[in-house]
Amino acid sequence: MSAPAKSSRSSGAGRKLGRELGFLLLCLGALAFIFPFYYMVVGALQPEPDTGISGAFPNPGELSLANFQNINERVPLLRALFNSAVYTGGVLLGTLTIGILAGYALSQLRWRGRTLVLNVVILTLIVPFQLLMIPLYVMIVRGWGLGDSYLGMILPFLVNSTAVFVFRQFFMQIPSDMLDAARVDGAGELRILTRIVLPLSKPAILTAALITFIGPWNEFLWPFLVTKDSALQPLAVALANYISTVAASTANPFGAILAGAVVLAIPAVGLFILFQRHFVESEASVSLKE
Amino acid sequence: MGAPRANRSRVPALLRGRRSAAQVAGYLFILPYLVFLGLFIAYPLAFAVWMSFYDYFFAAPGANVERPFIGLENYRNLLLQDETFRTTLGNILVFIAVNVPLTVALAIVLATALNANVPGRAFFRTSYYVPYVTASVAVIAVWGYLFFSGGLVNRILGDLAPEPSWLINKTWAMIVIALLVTWKQLGYYVLLYLAALQNVPRQLYEAAEVDGAGILGKFWHITVPGLRPATVLVVILSTIIGANLFTEPYLLTNGGGPQDQTLSPVLYMYRQGIVQADAGYGAAIGVTLSLAVLAIAAVQRYLLERER
Repeated sequence: MSAPAKSSRSSGAGRKLGRELGFLLLCLGALAFIFPFYYMVVGALQPEPDTGISGAFPNPGELSLANFQNINERVPLLRALFNSAVYTGGVLLGTLTIGILAGYALSQLRWRGRTLVLNVVILTLIVPFQLLMIPLYVMIVRGWGLGDSYLGMILPFLVNSTAVFVFRQFFMQIPSDMLDAARVDGAGELRILTRIVLPLSKPAILTAALITFIGPWNEFLWPFLVTKDSALQPLAVALANYISTVAASTANPFGAILAGAVVLAIPAVGLFILFQRHFVESEASVSLKE
Repeated sequence: MGAPRANRSRVPALLRGRRSAAQVAGYLFILPYLVFLGLFIAYPLAFAVWMSFYDYFFAAPGANVERPFIGLENYRNLLLQDETFRTTLGNILVFIAVNVPLTVALAIVLATALNANVPGRAFFRTSYYVPYVTASVAVIAVWGYLFFSGGLVNRILGDLAPEPSWLINKTWAMIVIALLVTWKQLGYYVLLYLAALQNVPRQLYEAAEVDGAGILGKFWHITVPGLRPATVLVVILSTIIGANLFTEPYLLTNGGGPQDQTLSPVLYMYRQGIVQADAGYGAAIGVTLSLAVLAIAAVQRYLLERER
């Protein structure tokens, strides 16, 4: 990147200035992106909200976990986290199973109509949720009576074309000669998939699991429509209901809300920071390839 | 397309017999996906259109209500008489007018800066992406705390703070929501542009340097046009996300306030179609909105690709 610097005598100083300017911009950007998260944690740990500038830099001795206790009394956190986990886990299990089977069929198996189905998969990516919201609600909640159930929350999330794509792209890199050899030895396709393809595909499984995880974990609208019973609400829904009804019911509503927000944010942010390479590469490349 | 490249004539006879087994396996393996696709995308899609031509109310389970066919009446009411729907369309245009240009400009600038050989690239990339993977509800909680009338933003601004405060101000409330969504999604678009920057030929920059172009000249005449295909994608994606706005006005401005100035079409659809139980009307809102977004995306694509 810096190699051709010598070739341009005139713009050497300008380039340096540009890079410094760019660095400054990046720092400002990072501040704008990180500060609200820092402020979320600070607000969650302050027993009394202090919205002054000095309040953003509190004395560590004054911090406490009282807000977490407060939110836990209004929104039982363990129960809500359990619901989030069941909802997310159900979506993960279903999406990975369906996605692996479909990805394998669309990459390593030859059958009539494959190209057509592939185009349909792409097409589903542009179907807007706003078009599906009312009919899905009428069908699942009113028609099938699956309101206030995990199954009702999970079902519409199982069609995940992004996951299908991640698996298809990955399976295509596996040499088909290798699979043909197994076929000659008499192995069935399911056996080839589970014994040969899947052990080679751990990175793809991890990537698909991560991008699938943040969907239901962060989702508000659909589980909000499905669950009226607070004992079944995932944390995002329970916290949102607390925010919209809180008014003046506690001494420090902001503290309690922010404590809930921290609990909701930590699993997704934590997973992202641990496995960020898997998130980033897949998301950007999937959208550019379409 | 990724089909086995082996020379077919050399495929052993045994394997050729297995080809039909592969056919069957192909259908079996794609079946679960197709079943769910049919149940949760294709069927609801058709159901939405069908429902929008009926006076489709839902009642308590067990109760039998009549749902007469009413032709285009839902659409006629929606487009010709419903003032609130018109307000929601105006609101979403304000949102898009703030969100989309800001998203494109900031994402290109940050991606270009990130593409240079600067220290701490991994750190910057991570920090930009964190809001994108965080739940809207959590992010809204902090923004509400920052922007409420006694919040940090107003404390810093002092007398410059708008009156009434941001989230209860008819002009500012939607702008704050548009800024929030820009902030939340930006990291994704930065990475998208960063990937697209790798496709801009390096020689173009070198040639421009020989011609004596400065940093701004290179940015404006090479980077920006080189990124145009990515920009088409970013503009269309952010428009679609904007048209789906729901959670932010629902939570941050108390369900679309002040005076419906942040009421989004999807929030209105929820009110009419689910709270008021008029699913037929709600479906008509959904169909109209989807067609509008499709049309806007087509226009955007035409305008952005025309000059190439």
